[in-house]
Amino acid sequence: MNALLDAITGLGDQLAAHVILSAAAIALGIAVALPLAVWASRAPAVSRASLAFASLVQTIPALALLALFFPILLSLRAVFGEGLPTLGFLPALLALALYALLPILRNAVTAQANLDPGVIEAAEGVGMSFWQRLRLVEAPLAAPYVMAGIRTAAVWTIGAATLGTTIGQKSLGDPIFAGLQTQNWILVLAGCLASAGLALLADTLLGTIERGFRERRRGLWLGGMLAVALGVAAALVAQFGSERDEGRIVIGAKGFSEQYILARLIGQRLEAEGFAVEYRDGLGSAVAHSAAASGEIDIYVDYTGTIWTNQMKRKDNPPREQMYREIARWEEATSGMRVLGRLGFENAYGFAVNAETARMAGLESIEDLVDTAPQLTVGGDPEFFERPEWFAVRDAYGLRFREERNFAPTFMYSALSSGEAQVIAAYTSDGRIAADNLVILDDPRGAFPNYDAVLMLSPQAARDTAMVAALEPLIDAIDVQMMREANFSVDREQDKLGFDEAARRLAEKAGL
Amino acid sequence: MSESGETALSFEGVRKQFGNVRAVESVTLAIPSGQFVALVGASGSGKSTLLKTVNRLVDPDAGHVVLQGREVASVPLARLRRSIGYVFQSVGLFPHMTVAENIGIGPRIAGEPINRLQISALLELVDLDPGLSTRMPDELSGGQRQRVGVARALASEPSILLMDEPFGALDPVTRDALGERVLDLHRRLGLTTVMVTHDMTEALLLADRVLVMEAGRIVADETPSALVAGKGGEAAQALVAVPRHQAQRLAELSQ
Repeated sequence: MNALLDAITGLGDQLAAHVILSAAAIALGIAVALPLAVWASRAPAVSRASLAFASLVQTIPALALLALFFPILLSLRAVFGEGLPTLGFLPALLALALYALLPILRNAVTAQANLDPGVIEAAEGVGMSFWQRLRLVEAPLAAPYVMAGIRTAAVWTIGAATLGTTIGQKSLGDPIFAGLQTQNWILVLAGCLASAGLALLADTLLGTIERGFRERRRGLWLGGMLAVALGVAAALVAQFGSERDEGRIVIGAKGFSEQYILARLIGQRLEAEGFAVEYRDGLGSAVAHSAAASGEIDIYVDYTGTIWTNQMKRKDNPPREQMYREIARWEEATSGMRVLGRLGFENAYGFAVNAETARMAGLESIEDLVDTAPQLTVGGDPEFFERPEWFAVRDAYGLRFREERNFAPTFMYSALSSGEAQVIAAYTSDGRIAADNLVILDDPRGAFPNYDAVLMLSPQAARDTAMVAALEPLIDAIDVQMMREANFSVDREQDKLGFDEAARRLAEKAGL
Repeated sequence: MSESGETALSFEGVRKQFGNVRAVESVTLAIPSGQFVALVGASGSGKSTLLKTVNRLVDPDAGHVVLQGREVASVPLARLRRSIGYVFQSVGLFPHMTVAENIGIGPRIAGEPINRLQISALLELVDLDPGLSTRMPDELSGGQRQRVGVARALASEPSILLMDEPFGALDPVTRDALGERVLDLHRRLGLTTVMVTHDMTEALLLADRVLVMEAGRIVADETPSALVAGKGGEAAQALVAVPRHQAQRLAELSQ
């Protein structure tokens, strides 16, 4: 219980960011929905079209809607210039506001449609203008219903805002995604409880405003509004009041344990040198690369093979050194990013099977897999079966599995032990390979490229000589054995370490 | 300046059609200042539609409506409506406003709000206790609500009062009392009043002049005494037959 309490009380930053994001999204939703509802009440065609659009948006999964704003904003840079943020607050705000639209719009339209026609006739009969009728009659009478819609929108938005984590927006989703990654259920629970608690609180306060409108008790709705305003103001002060946000170094991490640990390792080094840092965790591969190229994040760790196949779209597989040099040149020429160097270990994709499966089926290399593959299920992370590496290895060996299944990386290993998959596309630096006694199949045809971990700097960060100096000792400092141990220390079932602690121990081991 | 004989309101060739239904068919009519006119007819005869062309809740397809010498279509809508008192069956009190706020709404939106004394005077005009001014509409009885509706219609000091089935939803006792009150106000304030009703008894007892409408046309235009004397034609006499029969039955019972 104490650990849970500690985890929840450590979420102050995320809570403040979550409140600001949700409040801004609901406010934007209201600002769009209410004028639309007024227009809709005068024009049935607008009513039908706007409700249909809002319902359509609602059918898009929230996660996909958030992700879609990345390419949309990227293409809008042609109009608004390179300064337009494509990750973090802006796309999260836009997606969530779209999501909040439907309940507010529907309730506002319904409320106006259900107004007593006698009251409307009276408003016209006494000579009210359009605005007088709206302000003096329609708005006050529709207010409780509109407020009920805002309440629904608030609860949805606060829940969906946890997904902001995946596009680099700090939120209460941070502990949920981090905990899911490492099966740290206390972290997941802490994030869920905080987000649910916030939703309940918002619902209660907005419910008070709604009751105030319904019962025409000014004190009640003014009090409710004041409480909401104070909450948002407190979040703003917590977020922006004490520390200056600009000048902070933003360290990105993709959504798996190694990335979280390395981000903390980098962050701790920089903090020791006097830099202020913050983290953007749980980014997708492509998102992380674009985010660094555009300067949304300053530093992250990528892998040579990932850049080679996914960003450069190369299909050949040159020797290690040559690939590294070509990548460094290509990044400098195209994205302006600097590849500072290799950390000293490789985290390749490799097909892993249970030792027993390997023995029974006589599996040593991927070639041995070809004949038995049609009876086997292969598991991969959600990206894997869309990545060019998979197409390359599949085509190089002519692999045809019975079924391909996606698992969150952390569940992939459980799937292997529970028999839901017989082969998985594992990460070679993963501590669970040794711990679970797995066998990595050889790749004699060299279909998988190298995946040397490399430190990537955004164009701006590359010019910061003090920071570069602070990071340089990391180059060639971490071997695969150290990385596996660190990964296993957060992934194992018992005596899990937090990312910060794992990063500290890794630094110690690496003599940093 | 409401001198008797001067025309307060006139219709010239007014026509209105809703889809295929001809609600009003070429009505031409002049109403002198100070007259109390009742528009009587069955449902769908077009009487309400004709009334609403005056405050332009309905715009006619053809013809002219002239109020106090000005064509209503040429007067800014808000100003036109504020110059007309309008009372209708469902009352339409604003449920979120107090009685006082309801009564004062017309002057308020015109930018000339009236004070508490004037509200009290208006309440007394319709036989209501000024203490009701802070009540909400849902705390009032149906009769009280319609009295507030009449007070609201009079708050802007109009010279013309339009009433669309004003007493239709009230019980007979309240109805009778409020009818008498409105007639009294009509006389005291020198109003020109047009009342739409389907109740011939009410029309005969309150109005100076009764117009009978059928299928969008005015088929009779008589004084109450002329109608009782048998004038006005078949349609009018069919309507007069109801109260006449009732009066006979009552007379028989009292013998």
